[in-house]
Amino acid sequence: MGKTFQKPQALSDTPTHYCPGCTHGVIHRLIAEVIDEMGIRGKMVGIAPVGCAVLAYNYFTFDFQEAAHGRAPAMATGIKRVRPDLMVFTYQGDGDLASIGMGEIIHAANRGEKFTTIFVNNAVYGMTGGQMAPTTMPNQRTTTSPMGRNVAEVGMPIKVAELLSSLQTPAYITRQTVIKPKYIVKAKKAIRQAFEYQLAGKCYSFVEVVSTCPTNWGLTPVEAVKWAETTMLPYYELGDKKVPD
Amino acid sequence: MKKVLMKGNEAIGEAAIRAGCLNYFAYPITPQSEVAEYLSKRMPEVGGVFLQGESEVAVGYMIFGAAACGARVFTTSSSPGISLMSEAISYIAGAECPAVFVNIMRGGPGLGGILPSQGDYLQATKGGGHGDYRMLVMAPASVQEAAEMVMQAFPLAEKYRNPVMILGDGLIGQMMEPVMFPDHLRTEPSNKDAWATNGMDTRRSDKRNLVKSLYLDPNVLNAQNLKLKAKYEQMKREEIRFEAYHTEASYEALIVSYGTMSRVCKTAIDNLKEEGIEIGLIRPQTLFPFPEMAIRQACDRPECRVVLSIEMSMGQMLEDVERSVQGKKPVEWYGKCGGEVPTPEEVMDVVRSFLKQYGKE
Amino acid sequence: MSYRHTIDVDRCKGCGLCVAVCPKHVLEIASELNAKGYFPAYQARPQDCVYCSTCCIMCPDVAISIVELAEETV
Repeated sequence: MGKTFQKPQALSDTPTHYCPGCTHGVIHRLIAEVIDEMGIRGKMVGIAPVGCAVLAYNYFTFDFQEAAHGRAPAMATGIKRVRPDLMVFTYQGDGDLASIGMGEIIHAANRGEKFTTIFVNNAVYGMTGGQMAPTTMPNQRTTTSPMGRNVAEVGMPIKVAELLSSLQTPAYITRQTVIKPKYIVKAKKAIRQAFEYQLAGKCYSFVEVVSTCPTNWGLTPVEAVKWAETTMLPYYELGDKKVPD
Repeated sequence: MKKVLMKGNEAIGEAAIRAGCLNYFAYPITPQSEVAEYLSKRMPEVGGVFLQGESEVAVGYMIFGAAACGARVFTTSSSPGISLMSEAISYIAGAECPAVFVNIMRGGPGLGGILPSQGDYLQATKGGGHGDYRMLVMAPASVQEAAEMVMQAFPLAEKYRNPVMILGDGLIGQMMEPVMFPDHLRTEPSNKDAWATNGMDTRRSDKRNLVKSLYLDPNVLNAQNLKLKAKYEQMKREEIRFEAYHTEASYEALIVSYGTMSRVCKTAIDNLKEEGIEIGLIRPQTLFPFPEMAIRQACDRPECRVVLSIEMSMGQMLEDVERSVQGKKPVEWYGKCGGEVPTPEEVMDVVRSFLKQYGKE
Repeated sequence: MSYRHTIDVDRCKGCGLCVAVCPKHVLEIASELNAKGYFPAYQARPQDCVYCSTCCIMCPDVAISIVELAEETV
């Protein structure tokens, strides 16, 4: 039968500013659940991005830093190098991680910095109103690709999990999604695995989470789930891309 | 305490360690890469952290992350690299974290040159990054002074919870001079548990800390800016430092000059004295806060006919000197960029020329 | 063992994801606005609820909770 379900302690009571149906809320909750279950709230430091999740720090009940756009992996590097005992994660979106922050994420992963990145991939720049992202799908209409992403002009979407997996430094690199309950359960396990690797001081860990953006896709939350499933998942394949030896 | 002969860049690195700063993130750039090379060997010796980041942009934020969790941390760079770090400096000031930046200035603008300059004065003192913030800026004129200022920078950064900059130049970074390191200073920021994200367990507290600079409510952001402004006003009251050279004499002209350039000016002053020409010098040791009152008082003597701002830039310090003088005397400028440090003879020619221009009544 | 399923009416943004994933089709979207101006979800057929917590897992706003009720004494 059932089990009880309550808001985790690592999540604050504050109702979020995210749009109805935005999967940021699910991902925040999973992170908080894992933190509660591992009992590590007292040594957590989260790093908020610039993006829809810029106010992420309002929704968690542990230490948080606010990074400049794209620079969270550098800040996380600074923290882990001086305080390796702290548990650190960066929470980043398409623009933050895959555009302006591409240099920082590749180098942090390549150095094997022992923090965790949660990468929210919803194929668009949410906060600034729906512009094209490096992860926007071919022919996807956005406010800066009104005729649809023209891959002849701007290239194909970037598969960040695969890109990072090409680095030689051991890491845990995985792609998950939270668009349906069956995937959410797996995503939580992956986040748990990532934090376990960090707790053991083993490697860099990266969890890409295919997510929806109903508002900027111009779809209802339920339609957005369908679009993500039919258009994004065939391209952004789920699963572990790399595990440390 | 032993005197050792050290290259400026290496003395700067060693000074940070003596000040209890065991965390260094940096990126190579001429003419200061020796700091990183020195510390790459020295930090492991003292159990410290050394990391060469992938760019100055990244390094600026490594500094921010580490500073925000309460660690004493610093970096060194040179002009174009400091431009890249300027956004991070704005963030660090906005988020009220302590950090120390050392700029070993080289020629600019753009890729410029690799020889010494003083071309980042405006960037350092008026804000190279965006928004209403200032850095406390100190300008050494010798390797010894560079070491001392680096050691003083950390407690100052922590006193004000603000970035502090040491503005050196390529000559100070590269030359070798005797250095005596003062005794260790206190190593830990005293108030860090009040604000640092060093983990709730570390603080034995259930209250979390948040380091941020975003304040969307305009009233709150205004209040935050007023709070920062109060710090800079306090710096102006408490942290001004300068040296007065040869000002006990009745000088006909007052030179304002800092860093390497001031040493050349001192030699010029000594030489001119032997020719019977008396010249005084105010050497700012803090560029922000600027020793306005000292300059104003020093130029306000009947026999002083002109004030000369002499610097290795196209006149970046000139406006601050003019503001200090407040029209009491004419203010002239001499400067040279490109990397050739003006010789004492050049300065002497310049002084004689201006004295002639502003001849005795 | 009995449970209570609660939807926090004012946390719910009426996104409809819980309605779509409930395996027992218990949930619907209400026709009255909540305080934030959303049409929240509610249990239209609470008797069919098996407390599987799938709706809780799906909800981005942690608006749904399930608690165990103390055993009633006879």
